[in-house]
Amino acid sequence: MTQPLSRALPGEHVHITTDPWTEPFWQAAKERRLVAAQCSDCQTFRMPPTPFCPHCQSQKIQWPQLSGKGTVYSFAVCNRSPFPGVEDFVYIPVVVELDGAPGIRLVSNLIDIDPAYVSIGMAVTVDWNPITEGWQQPVFRAA
Amino acid sequence: MTWEHCDKTAIVGVGATPYYVRGQSWPRTINEMIGEAIIGACTDAGLKVQDIDGFAYYGGAKAGYLDTMDTASIMEMLGIPEVNFTATLTGGGGGSAGAIGLASAAIIAGEANYVVTVMALQQRNQRLGTVFGALKPDPENSFLQPSGLVGPGHLMSVLARRHMHLYGTRREAFAEVAISSRNNALNRPEAIRRTPLTLEEYFASPMLADPLCRLDFCLETDGAVAVITTSSERAKDLRQKPVLVRAASHGGRREWGRAFAGMGMSDEYFASSGHKSVADKLYAKAGMKPDDIDVALIYDHFTPMVIMQLEDYGFCAKGEGGPFVESGAIRFGTGSLPVNPHGGQLSEAYIIGMTHIREAVEQLRGTAINQVAGAETALVTGGPASLPVSGLILRSSQ
Repeated sequence: MTQPLSRALPGEHVHITTDPWTEPFWQAAKERRLVAAQCSDCQTFRMPPTPFCPHCQSQKIQWPQLSGKGTVYSFAVCNRSPFPGVEDFVYIPVVVELDGAPGIRLVSNLIDIDPAYVSIGMAVTVDWNPITEGWQQPVFRAA
Repeated sequence: MTWEHCDKTAIVGVGATPYYVRGQSWPRTINEMIGEAIIGACTDAGLKVQDIDGFAYYGGAKAGYLDTMDTASIMEMLGIPEVNFTATLTGGGGGSAGAIGLASAAIIAGEANYVVTVMALQQRNQRLGTVFGALKPDPENSFLQPSGLVGPGHLMSVLARRHMHLYGTRREAFAEVAISSRNNALNRPEAIRRTPLTLEEYFASPMLADPLCRLDFCLETDGAVAVITTSSERAKDLRQKPVLVRAASHGGRREWGRAFAGMGMSDEYFASSGHKSVADKLYAKAGMKPDDIDVALIYDHFTPMVIMQLEDYGFCAKGEGGPFVESGAIRFGTGSLPVNPHGGQLSEAYIIGMTHIREAVEQLRGTAINQVAGAETALVTGGPASLPVSGLILRSSQ
């Protein structure tokens, strides 16, 4: 029996806010570029982007663009709408390890896939879900 | 080296409201329930409410996520003349057991004599099960909330999946935690769920965040529980047999950190309860080892987290928690380590960890409904959550 394919969350219900340290991530996302915060001094990545490098306490930061490829670290399968008044649908919250950014993970959704085919370790690639106020949410699909 | 303050403080009173299904405590107000629990704890101890001179909260003194507990309001309501200590552990439900350590610290330091720890919960407007989805976005949770992980159970399902992947843990193990807890609640008049649970019913339960089904989630209930801690010297003059604070510990490692609120834990910590460092410190302070624990009150917001705590507290090896519970080890009456003989948060009631402290006290007084024969030591844990997490070892006074 095949299940319905997983979907992205309906963008009109997804809200984010930014601060000066997280804004570059979301501004790049608006251009459909996946970037990550990296310490310019010791090269340690951090997620979410915070004001200090937790390894060397430097505040120098750079935003390398990533390939958008990654690996499923863990996931859940949900089949109830997370939003009141929205009809139930299948969605897959996923924790992704990102190629080119060792040591950090992105919490996202895996879309357009039968949940039976999702497994830890599978390769995924980034896509984009338009959300409120013109932002774009990084989501993933099977690579 | 064993902590120099072992057994110098004691829990001397426990009070509680009835437990209500989510939202049904209204029109009682949350302060009314707090007051009833505190008055009950004083009566139990043989103290007057006016004797209270300290408050030691946890979870930032929030009552659940939406209400707050305020010492000044409680003093005004109950006529408490003066407080000398009022403080809280930070974080959330992870600090429940550790709040008794905070109370003990105040007493050992000579700051206060009779310290209340209380938690109250009323889910009238927003259920806790989907509370994160209802929060306003902030810059930090904007990296989590858009995934649709709307509640604590959804977040922890991701950890459970990883544990299954690494160690072959089966849903049958989660079921055993639920069924064992339910069995313990069957004869308890105050328990919310008192009908037997079968493995078939467990597997028929709807999946809420696969691999977790509804029966892996704890109850959503209303109510309040308060306990009073004092010095072991003062305790001798009170009504109840004192229950000694052997040791308490709270905190945790950055590798666990914000835990499932960020999913950035180290690989070693991800499929765990985050308690390992606190557990090791607790046993060292107490001068005890896992074999010395007679009854374990393990914070059971979600069934897999019980299994991961049993590993972190050394009752079985890392990754062996599934087979350990499936062997029947945690059953009351027959298992080698009775876990949550009160039915826990899965079947009795969920007051953010306080029912576990209450049950530990009753076990060590020898008055529990499901009494573990000869119980002299009890372990109580706080909830696996963003730091701090915490643990507490209580000891019978004779």
